[in-house]
Amino acid sequence: MPDYTSKIHEAARRLLAEKQVDGVIGFRKGTVPMMRQPVLIRDPADVETLCWDSFCRMNLANYLPKRADRVAVTAKGCDTRNIVVHIVEGQVKRDQIVVLGIPCLGMVDRRKVLSLLKDREPVEVSEAEDKILVKGSGFEIALEKAQVLQDNCTICVHRNPVICDTLLADPVPEQEGIDRYEDVRAVEAMGPEERWEHFRELVAPCIRCYACRNACPLCYCPTCFVDESKPQWLGKSIDPPDTLTFHMLRAFHCAGRCTDCGACEQACPMGIKVRQFTKKLEKDILELYGQEAGMTIEVRPPLDVYRPEDPQGFIQ
Amino acid sequence: MEDNGNRVTEATWEPKIVAFLCTWCTYNAADLAGVTRLQYPPNLRVIRIPCTGRMSAKFVLDALRHGADGVWISGCHPGDCHYLEGNYYARRKFALLKNLLEHVGIEPGRVQFSWISSSESTKFADVAGRVTESVRALGPARHLLKKEPEVA
Repeated sequence: MPDYTSKIHEAARRLLAEKQVDGVIGFRKGTVPMMRQPVLIRDPADVETLCWDSFCRMNLANYLPKRADRVAVTAKGCDTRNIVVHIVEGQVKRDQIVVLGIPCLGMVDRRKVLSLLKDREPVEVSEAEDKILVKGSGFEIALEKAQVLQDNCTICVHRNPVICDTLLADPVPEQEGIDRYEDVRAVEAMGPEERWEHFRELVAPCIRCYACRNACPLCYCPTCFVDESKPQWLGKSIDPPDTLTFHMLRAFHCAGRCTDCGACEQACPMGIKVRQFTKKLEKDILELYGQEAGMTIEVRPPLDVYRPEDPQGFIQ
Repeated sequence: MEDNGNRVTEATWEPKIVAFLCTWCTYNAADLAGVTRLQYPPNLRVIRIPCTGRMSAKFVLDALRHGADGVWISGCHPGDCHYLEGNYYARRKFALLKNLLEHVGIEPGRVQFSWISSSESTKFADVAGRVTESVRALGPARHLLKKEPEVA
């Protein structure tokens, strides 16, 4: 991976010094290995705290809706698509944002690293080339980065920013010959009962903490449907009908807007593969309406437009 | 499941179908079907909506969670919408919703859609019959039924 950190410093320092932006949204090192904290820098003196590596998994587009100031934001391919979604949905104006585009080679799934360590505690994790180096008390191992990539990164086909003001490195080659929907098709091949069991088990560990919703840049409604009380659309408990209703409606609200950035799945404290819901919708929209979310500012979202000849074989 | 104080058995079970009907077309078709004395099954609970564009996935799930065995949504034919394009937008939402519900294991046929204009009272009676029979064939809906009390 190119040295993005110094390029981010350089760009952030320049933008703040020239007063082109009021702040820069990026990442700084966290207190736990493999965790990076989102941070808003306003003072050029603080620029050095910014960093970039394969653990900057959060989607910073989450911090853009309804902003009044002008900010620069570091953004991977998927993050830039979410910025496009925000612009298209009128949540933020294009000229309010300076996108520092980062061609991305995939983010590391912290959980995958931890599972490979087999209960050993990592103290320091760094990366070099295609390796992730993990140090702990009495052990030191190097993992292949490809082995511990986030699930959505392994099937990513838009690694390069779709919009940006400053591209921080040369574009990376896009992955070719990727089957994005293998897992969705595997579920589709099952019978209704089997599918029901599959999803019931999938969401069974859910504790309804809404971390998936909070991590998602698409979830900016002033009042979320889960918090509505008159009428109350679903109970607050972890009763299976409630949990499943929540996950279905959450995914449905993201239909045609989800860029498969994987923030929801990474945020889930129970490790639930919540992308199984959003990916089905993503696949259907691509097949039925030929659209992918957030690819360009020129196109309205798929559920905001129609064609008279849209498929309607299911309607009597 | 209590019904009129009598215990519902497998033999006496009747499907409950929540029908969301557009006020500008299917709702009138239902009215016309009544005026013309057409026979159709009494299993529908009609909810009048201003347009199929007003339908939300929440309504469908809410019906299924509170004991509906089937949901039927019916509106104006494409091109006939009172608001010009409400049913076109609705059509995209319905396609995705139907696929998503079936993807998570709700049986195909639990949620059905149709376009019925105000004058198509015979089509209304036909479709009402078909929807009722297909839901009857599926049996009572269990998956999303909320059995525990709602907690605020």
